[in-house]
Amino acid sequence: MENLVEIKDVSFAYEVRPVLKGINMVVPRGKVVSIMGLSGCGKTTLLRLIGGSLKPTRGEVRVAGRATHELNQEELYAMRRKMGMLFQFGALFTDMSTFDNVAFQMREHTDLPESMIRDLTLMKLDAVGLRGAQHLMPSELSGGMARRVALARAVALDPMLIMYDEPFAGLDPISLSVIGDLIRHLNDALGATSIVVTHDVQESLKIVDYVYFMSEGVVVTHGTSEDIRNSKAPFVHQFVWGEMDGPVPFHYSGAGIAQELGLGSSHA
Amino acid sequence: MLDRLAAPLRRLGRQCINAVWRLGYASRFFLFVLMRSGTSFRRFQLVIKEIYFAGVLSLIIIIVSGLFVGMVLGLQGYETLQKYGSAEAVGTLVALSLTRELGPVVAALLFASRAGSAMTAEIGLMKATEQISAMEMMAVDPIARVVGPRFWGGLISMPLLAAMFSAVGVFGGYLIAVVLIGVDEGAFWSQMQNAVDYRDDILNGVIKSVVFGVAVTAIALFEGYDAPPTAEGVSRATTRTVVTSSLAILGLDFVLTALMFRGA
Repeated sequence: MENLVEIKDVSFAYEVRPVLKGINMVVPRGKVVSIMGLSGCGKTTLLRLIGGSLKPTRGEVRVAGRATHELNQEELYAMRRKMGMLFQFGALFTDMSTFDNVAFQMREHTDLPESMIRDLTLMKLDAVGLRGAQHLMPSELSGGMARRVALARAVALDPMLIMYDEPFAGLDPISLSVIGDLIRHLNDALGATSIVVTHDVQESLKIVDYVYFMSEGVVVTHGTSEDIRNSKAPFVHQFVWGEMDGPVPFHYSGAGIAQELGLGSSHA
Repeated sequence: MLDRLAAPLRRLGRQCINAVWRLGYASRFFLFVLMRSGTSFRRFQLVIKEIYFAGVLSLIIIIVSGLFVGMVLGLQGYETLQKYGSAEAVGTLVALSLTRELGPVVAALLFASRAGSAMTAEIGLMKATEQISAMEMMAVDPIARVVGPRFWGGLISMPLLAAMFSAVGVFGGYLIAVVLIGVDEGAFWSQMQNAVDYRDDILNGVIKSVVFGVAVTAIALFEGYDAPPTAEGVSRATTRTVVTSSLAILGLDFVLTALMFRGA
């Protein structure tokens, strides 16, 4: 199967702080692939590299066969028109209504007549169940509704690649399940490819085809949802089952408590 | 010992380098705004929307302030001029003060506090809530789509607000001098008409307000775009907009006055 996204030996550092260290990853066309890991492990940075907002310090990211870091701004924008991205908290334009948010890209990038933009926008809103909320402003939407509107906006131009940055963060169980279903169904209905960055293990394992697990800037394991659930790797096991004890320590490293309190002995 | 002496020098040097770097960064940003202004002219309704936010919504504060400044000028002017038997010249004093100095300067200071701070806070919050990143990911250039229309909207609004401030100020002076104190109405208007020169006074005032408009809007937009995406970052950027804009207005006013009115 052809790969839409190929990440080859990618390293990236913010100034001198390395974030990604030699990442290799492929995302086949038509699949929903999840990137999981602890906060700060480099998942969002990886999405930004795929979207071309950042350039790798080593290696290359290829989307539809083209290395993103070699594109000039015009080419990059042309590529981004085929991408959709759902940001962690929706990132809806607060000065525009729900309808205008979804219609935004159509108005910016196409010469379609307003009547057609209206029909297409209502169809996108209908797909996420919010046609009735078209006149509401973002401040009038709940967290789950805002995420669904942002999803409708992300798929407004029927992208080939949809990226989700923590789509489940801060949602109630019903909204969480709705967003999960929408990610899977929209991907299949549009014939798109999706990358879901998340640390919501249980919800994402239900909907994804393949999972990459990251820790401290490297891929520690990868496999299908079933492989991940049955993994015996200590880090993956601790992460999937939410255990306090394991390779990820409860205490942030620092001086021992006894030392901090001026007592005799100490532990880290 | 040497280290202790060198530390403040090092800090001063670092601050100077940072200031020069920031100035260069701001100039590059301003250049980008100008280069990517095509969208603003192709879709002028975006600029009109910003004229409404920056200009029309600032009208109340401009009109009220202009009226009071004009009234104070009328009172103070009459008080001084009547000692020399030239109370009728109060119209001239009010009009020249407003068109040459107070109109452009006070209107620009109010514009910086009302519209400039709002621009910084809005763009800073758009950045903090990832709206700017979202726009970039949708292949829409935020400098062309968000910053450009605000710049031109502010630039067009500023001279109109300054003109409105001066006009209302003159009316305020008229209310005090003619209606309240009883200065001769004909003398008030005719002396003003004779003394105020279109090129030396009105046009120079307009030029000043355009320059202040560029300065305030550019500072406000840069501070917003450069603000760290946190509540504290946006708050500091908004404060910096008001402080830097106010100092820039007063500094530029001195330079422009020196250039315009030398030998006049």
